[in-house]
Amino acid sequence: MDIKLQQVSYAYSMGTPFEKYALYDVDVTIPHGTYQAIIGHTGSGKSTILQHFNGLLKPSKGQVHIGDRVIVAGKKAKELKPIRQKVGIVFQFPEHQLFEETVLKDIMFGPMNFGVSQQEAEARARELIKLVGLPEDTLNKSPFDLSGGQMRRVAIAGVLAMDPEVIVLDEPTAGLDPRGQKEIMDMFYALHKERGLTTILVTHSMEDAARYADNIAIMHEGRSVLNGAPREIFSDAETLEKYRLELPHIVRFQRKIEKLMNQSLPKICLTEEELAAEVALALGEGRDAK
Amino acid sequence: MMEKMIFGRFIPGNSFVHLLDPRSKLVFVFAFILVVFLANNIFTYALLLAFTLLVILMSRIRLYFLINGLKPVIILLVFTFLIHILFTREGDVLFELGFFKVYEEGLRQGVFISIRFLVLVFMTSILTLTTSPISITDGIEVLLNPLKKLKLPVHELALMMSIALRFIPTLMDETDKIMKAQMARGSDLSAGPIKERVKAVVPLLVPLFVSAFKRAEDLATAMEVRGYRGGEGRTRYRQLKWDWRDTVCMAILAVMTVLLVFYRN
Repeated sequence: MDIKLQQVSYAYSMGTPFEKYALYDVDVTIPHGTYQAIIGHTGSGKSTILQHFNGLLKPSKGQVHIGDRVIVAGKKAKELKPIRQKVGIVFQFPEHQLFEETVLKDIMFGPMNFGVSQQEAEARARELIKLVGLPEDTLNKSPFDLSGGQMRRVAIAGVLAMDPEVIVLDEPTAGLDPRGQKEIMDMFYALHKERGLTTILVTHSMEDAARYADNIAIMHEGRSVLNGAPREIFSDAETLEKYRLELPHIVRFQRKIEKLMNQSLPKICLTEEELAAEVALALGEGRDAK
Repeated sequence: MMEKMIFGRFIPGNSFVHLLDPRSKLVFVFAFILVVFLANNIFTYALLLAFTLLVILMSRIRLYFLINGLKPVIILLVFTFLIHILFTREGDVLFELGFFKVYEEGLRQGVFISIRFLVLVFMTSILTLTTSPISITDGIEVLLNPLKKLKLPVHELALMMSIALRFIPTLMDETDKIMKAQMARGSDLSAGPIKERVKAVVPLLVPLFVSAFKRAEDLATAMEVRGYRGGEGRTRYRQLKWDWRDTVCMAILAVMTVLLVFYRN
């Protein structure tokens, strides 16, 4: 299911003295099955754009294509439920959305709203609780007895239980410890690979964008200013600087190594493993490294 | 969704009304609420209405914005007007449509009550629209100060009020966020039969209460570690200042009261 934003502008509090544009003429196309990262400085419009992906916000101007549905500015959009089932959103701090008596019921809430049978929803919950890395007996506990990190995982399971085709992640690891961050990000990446989930990651972590994304869009003051493959985006530090963004640690590290080695490596490395292999190759130990 | 609500909202500005001291504004509005009930004929009601329009004009708040924001109130207003027209049966019959008769007294009462209602709502809205919540509570605290003699915890009450006002926008944001998160999970507050809609409120209220209690606890801890001990011997950062505008405001109030007393039947 492709998602396409055409000339989308969005203003909060339209028609009041508080009217304020958060997006201007944004064009973004996210083809089916890609891992798209959207990065930008605070206040660049990242969070506004993501609410357009399932019709929570309607554009003030322009149109949004979600699969074969089109949401046009100024027209009433009916029956958004099917879209919301296909596009799951994990909001920032999703643990705030938990409300049921038990974890099991909370995970079942989403799918049951979309008409999935009780048995099926329960089966999904049992499968997903393991996927997000929690023991199965968590299902019978109250979500409010869990730790913050565990609540986050339950909330993520609750969104995945809707069995969406597209998953939108808004800073999914904010406030987690480093190990939890890596586990969650790796889990989403595995889901993206195994189930072909289109994944949209809204973040300000350059490292996550570099490691996981096929494509990176950069937002700046409500406009989408750059869109391209990570290697392209991260080859131009000056442009990034202009948008108040930095290179990922690993690319900066590569630049330092290049200075020390007095030669530049043939490609920009996006992960530690890649950089290690490239350096080994450059030092003439290519055979052992591979 | 709640973007259009204007209850308790503050629009910064520097009009005559904005620059008034909160004490004089509060006294004025409370006195005005009482004075409104003096009006009982066409001239006095016209005076109230004209005065209110003048205040709106002076506050430089767009009338359109005000009316748009007070839509729910206006619906109520139309409803009361209709009730009066339908059920008051005094005076001459003005016109009739079959069973439906409109009496002179009914029309009169309907119009008067509507004006009274409108004037009150507009005036109180202007108060909150032109005064920051902090100044309102400061004003209330000072005005209630004499009640300290009766052992009323005035400072604590004012603090409670300012905390409550301070957290309205935060709670609104929070509600919006949680509502969106649940909508993304397929819960629907705006469609379906009433029973379903009432059920859909639970996923909204539970997280809201949880976070409100958590926030209250955090705030209490934060105040405690910074040594907050109530109003005893506390000095103020924001000083209230009475200037010529406030004297003018009080004079207008006096003149209007006299006019109303003089011209009422």
